[in-house]
Amino acid sequence: MNNGAVVKLIDVHKTYRTGEMEVHAVRGVSLEIRRGEFVALMGASGSGKSTLMNILGCLDRPTGGRYILDQAEVSELNRDQLADIRNTKIGFVFQNFNLLPRTSARENVELPLLYGTRGLTNAQLKEKADAVLASVGLAGREDHHPSQLSGGQQQRVAIARALINEPEVILADEPTGNLDSRTSVEIMGIFQQLNDRGITIVMVTHEQDIAAYTRRNVVMRDGLVRDDRAVERRLDATIQLQEPNREEPE
Amino acid sequence: MRVGSTINVAFRALRRNKLRSVLTALGIIIGVAAVIAMVGIGNGAKAQVEAQIASLGQNIILVFSGSTTASGIRTGWGGAGTLKIEDAEAIRREVSGVTAVSEEVVSTTQVAAGNQNWFTRIYGESADYFDIRQWPLADGTPFTPQDVRSANKVCVIGRTTATQIYGNENPIGQILRIKNVPFTIDGVLTPKGLSAQGVDQDDIVIMPYTSAMKRVVGGTTLRNINVQVADPRQLTAAQQQIIDLLRQRHNIRPGRDDDFTVRNQQEIADAATATTDVMTGLLGAIAGVSLVVGGIGIMNIMLVSVTERTREIGTRMAVGAHGRDILTQFLIEAISLSSVGGILGIILGIAAAKTIALTRHWPALISPASIVIAFLVSAAVGIFFGFYPARKAAALDPIEALRYE
Repeated sequence: MNNGAVVKLIDVHKTYRTGEMEVHAVRGVSLEIRRGEFVALMGASGSGKSTLMNILGCLDRPTGGRYILDQAEVSELNRDQLADIRNTKIGFVFQNFNLLPRTSARENVELPLLYGTRGLTNAQLKEKADAVLASVGLAGREDHHPSQLSGGQQQRVAIARALINEPEVILADEPTGNLDSRTSVEIMGIFQQLNDRGITIVMVTHEQDIAAYTRRNVVMRDGLVRDDRAVERRLDATIQLQEPNREEPE
Repeated sequence: MRVGSTINVAFRALRRNKLRSVLTALGIIIGVAAVIAMVGIGNGAKAQVEAQIASLGQNIILVFSGSTTASGIRTGWGGAGTLKIEDAEAIRREVSGVTAVSEEVVSTTQVAAGNQNWFTRIYGESADYFDIRQWPLADGTPFTPQDVRSANKVCVIGRTTATQIYGNENPIGQILRIKNVPFTIDGVLTPKGLSAQGVDQDDIVIMPYTSAMKRVVGGTTLRNINVQVADPRQLTAAQQQIIDLLRQRHNIRPGRDDDFTVRNQQEIADAATATTDVMTGLLGAIAGVSLVVGGIGIMNIMLVSVTERTREIGTRMAVGAHGRDILTQFLIEAISLSSVGGILGIILGIAAAKTIALTRHWPALISPASIVIAFLVSAAVGIFFGFYPARKAAALDPIEALRYE
């Protein structure tokens, strides 16, 4: 069972060539993430965490090393094969939500299904999308367009979109970066609920207090993993939200 | 997947930008409408010309005196005075399949009655002429073969001539003075309207050719001979027989040019419709240019759309769209714009052609073929001008596209 490892990076390198210059964004990262983990990938800008996230998300291929996702080697796959992996095994949540404008929440959530191989009818699409929207607390807002939703609600739509294909891992890139602190905690609450249901989540963030809601923090600097430890005093979003006069984190 | 839901995706995207979609399609709508209307009007004009040629009569061979190929002084059709009455009689007698012959002389002169006068055309014909031209009388009776033999001073007149000289009076039985010779009006022709060349065919006086030669035109030769054969399949044979007969009668040695010209109706029709064909072609080509401009409009908007929707494309790729899916989506968007534009353009073009036909009294003839071709061309315009933007979209790098602001 490969110890239940969903994600396994073995000495992964990524080097960009811009003319004569070579930029070593990732210089040999080995990392294993097991099923059901909730990992925060941290680091300053330029630390290589975004590059690593792109590789984890099968948006980019490593220039060296191996990447095994759900026991399948993905570092040598071509563009279309990577797209299929993204469709079936990965759910993305972005900082700026990346919802299609002037498109209902339901249609946004259906999007990954349109590129799958399942061939669902429109009625089946709707049923599935509405169920996932309800699971993130958006029942009744299926027909709202992104412009009619708050930032937190938009991010919930994006999470629903990430969940619809029941992926092996959810990759969230600064999911709270565009949200106020209370909404951020709400979104972290949703992630914690999902994680409690056994869903594996990897989240990029540079905010310590957001990383505190996860179970494991991986810190990168200069293209290498510098620190990898379990979170000791894990925050619980449900409790945080119940505190009446909670102070705003800076 | 994949085509079914890609169509779904493309239509959702078009619906999101309704105004832009409509404006983009407008270029194609106008282009297709212009093609349909212009070709319809051109074909209508052609049909009108053909109808007028057909109104010359059925299965007609025209024999003109003079040659169009003779060297030296050329006098044009009917000008050389080489056709004699005896030639017409020989054709009537010897050429097989001939059902009617009309000897023709033509003049223009002043005619008068009472205190009115009018400048009009005088046609001298045989009694068969009204059958050959399929030109019945509206009122009165035609002159008879007896009138022709006796060179009687009788005539029939066209509607225009009748109105100009007699106004609302009934001209039948009245005396019309032509070159001071009194002619009795036997009948009034049914109106035929303008000819393809814009000549008022009703501005005419028709009388026995014998009378015309003796009292109006003078001379002893015919301008031309109208010959009708029973069956269109006999036209070519009869035409050759007439040529052989006249060469023999005119003692033309082998190798020398004819001193007459024989044309059948089809040749005349071809010559006349060649002009309208050119016109139709030109109008169609100009309209076709607007279709290309419409296509460029689609390409422009699709390029803008690809740039503007870079993040959307990145998102689609992130959730599993292949490059091919993106390509198909944008191609389908372009084709939908152009073919929906094509359909609307066809409807608008038909409406425009009908409006022009109604208001300008110009027939419009819209063939099913031109509708089908217009639709296919508009769809092809969508594929052609949509391909480059679509390929550009499909080639985007998902990471760059997601980061695009």
